Amino acid sequence: MKKKAFESFVYGIFLILGLITVGCVLLITVYLILSGIPAIREIGLFKFLFGKTWASTAKTPQFGILPFILTSVYGTAGAMALGVPVGFLTAVYLAKAAPPRVKTVVSGAVSVLAGIPSVVYGLVGMLVLVPGIRRFFHVPDGASLLAAMVVLAVMILPSIVNVSITALEAVPKEYEDASLALGATPTETWFRVSVPAARSGIAAAVVLGVGRAIGEAMAVMMVSGNVANMPSLFQSVRFLTTAVASEMSYSSGLQRQALFSIALVLYLFILLINAALNFFLKRGKES
Amino acid sequence: MQTGISRKRRAYILLMRALMGLSAAVTAALVLFLVVYVMAKGLPELSWTLLSTKPSYLTGSIGILPDILNTVYIILSTLVFVLPLGAGAAVYLTEYARNKKLVAVIEYAAETLSGIPSIIYGLVGMLFFCSFLDMQTSLLAGALTLVVMNLPTVLRTTQESLKTVPQSYREGAFGLGAGKWRVIRTVVLPGCVDGIVTGCILSVGRILGESAALLFTAGFAHAVHGFFEGLEHSGATLTVALYFYAKEQGQFGVAFAIAAILMALTLVIQLAAMLAGRWFKRRREQ
Repeated sequence: MKKKAFESFVYGIFLILGLITVGCVLLITVYLILSGIPAIREIGLFKFLFGKTWASTAKTPQFGILPFILTSVYGTAGAMALGVPVGFLTAVYLAKAAPPRVKTVVSGAVSVLAGIPSVVYGLVGMLVLVPGIRRFFHVPDGASLLAAMVVLAVMILPSIVNVSITALEAVPKEYEDASLALGATPTETWFRVSVPAARSGIAAAVVLGVGRAIGEAMAVMMVSGNVANMPSLFQSVRFLTTAVASEMSYSSGLQRQALFSIALVLYLFILLINAALNFFLKRGKES
Repeated sequence: MQTGISRKRRAYILLMRALMGLSAAVTAALVLFLVVYVMAKGLPELSWTLLSTKPSYLTGSIGILPDILNTVYIILSTLVFVLPLGAGAAVYLTEYARNKKLVAVIEYAAETLSGIPSIIYGLVGMLFFCSFLDMQTSLLAGALTLVVMNLPTVLRTTQESLKTVPQSYREGAFGLGAGKWRVIRTVVLPGCVDGIVTGCILSVGRILGESAALLFTAGFAHAVHGFFEGLEHSGATLTVALYFYAKEQGQFGVAFAIAAILMALTLVIQLAAMLAGRWFKRRREQ
């Protein structure tokens, strides 16, 4: 009897530990909703989401976050346009074509890329990329949406490469053998048989990259100039993440609440992306 | 060898091969450039004074000793919480959970957690730990925020390693009359050491590189404290200090010195993760 009580006690402890992740997600969600709603109520949902001016410290403050939303969307799209082709092709090379030794070295390099802190990317971006853009494109300031796109493209590479490699390596060998036996060359087999067979996993890799890019704050803050302009390639811009980070330390009142609302919008984006990621991962497993 | 292949096909093959090689070369070159550039700029800036003093307004000198200590404190205190929590959750999922729906919910929650951007962790950490639990801006609040952030990592690595404990071991122990807890303590927990070690290495890497989540939870201060005293005070880790020196003060020399340290540690952690993975794999195959 005593033993049974002890066993259920242990069970209870592990149950609580198991439920902690769920509790954390609930806590984060509830906190963001509770602290994000008041400002949206006061400003008005439509004016908040589609207002084109953010002037939080002006005499008659305006809280329109359309510039941030569009900057985040454009910045992510640009990073994907630059990073996905490179990451995808690198993944095919590493999964199928590379000699073992090259594969070890390059995949090691990719994991180093994943491990470098975002502030280091920001620092190098600030001192190499930003002056480079200024000189190359003859613009007054290189701290721009373009600089952020390039930095994000580099930062999402490891996610795209690693997830794509896993998907490509899971393609049944029979598919490739059949293709080779029918007379296709190895290269044709990789791109016309293996890649289509792994498409769900590759889609998951891309979605994961989107999530990483849209959520990155520090590196972007260091290279994008951080002015609340509507997005344009060579202008200083502010992302959803950096909008929260840059004003939090000195904000108060409605301004502070509006920052929480921005975080709520960002969180909704992330939840959508997570749902998409899960969809692709599940479909990849089923096929 | 490839006779009988049309010119169009040959062009396609050549093009794809060239693009693949080029992409892989670009990726490798990027890493090489980043490592070499940061090291070349940062290593000459490193000095014993920089590493062993704190910043002083009197002499105008900068030292990063407090930032190094803060980083160590935050890593230690995060690990103390996150390892048992994550491993316990993994044990629940693989050993106890019967309800498939509940398992799915927990795993979905873990995936959601690992997708949440660190700036949101920072914000909620500030609201919950600093304000609601009244910890103020302190290393402890920062560490607890990072615990939530790293929970999914430890959970996943432990779960992976528990899956490799053969079912027959558990059955054998039950057959000898052991209770559930005894089986877990003697058969299951030793099996999750691999996962905990791997999770530990990955978490250290993430904590070391984290900045956005710590900005509003652990703060910016540069004072030297002991461990327990330090946890109650606000303090910048190396990454936050790097951001601060580069962006707010334009002290690029110090920023690069910190970047070089971080880069070296990143390389060490990658190496450790690789060696640990290889070692565990070999042991499992025996």
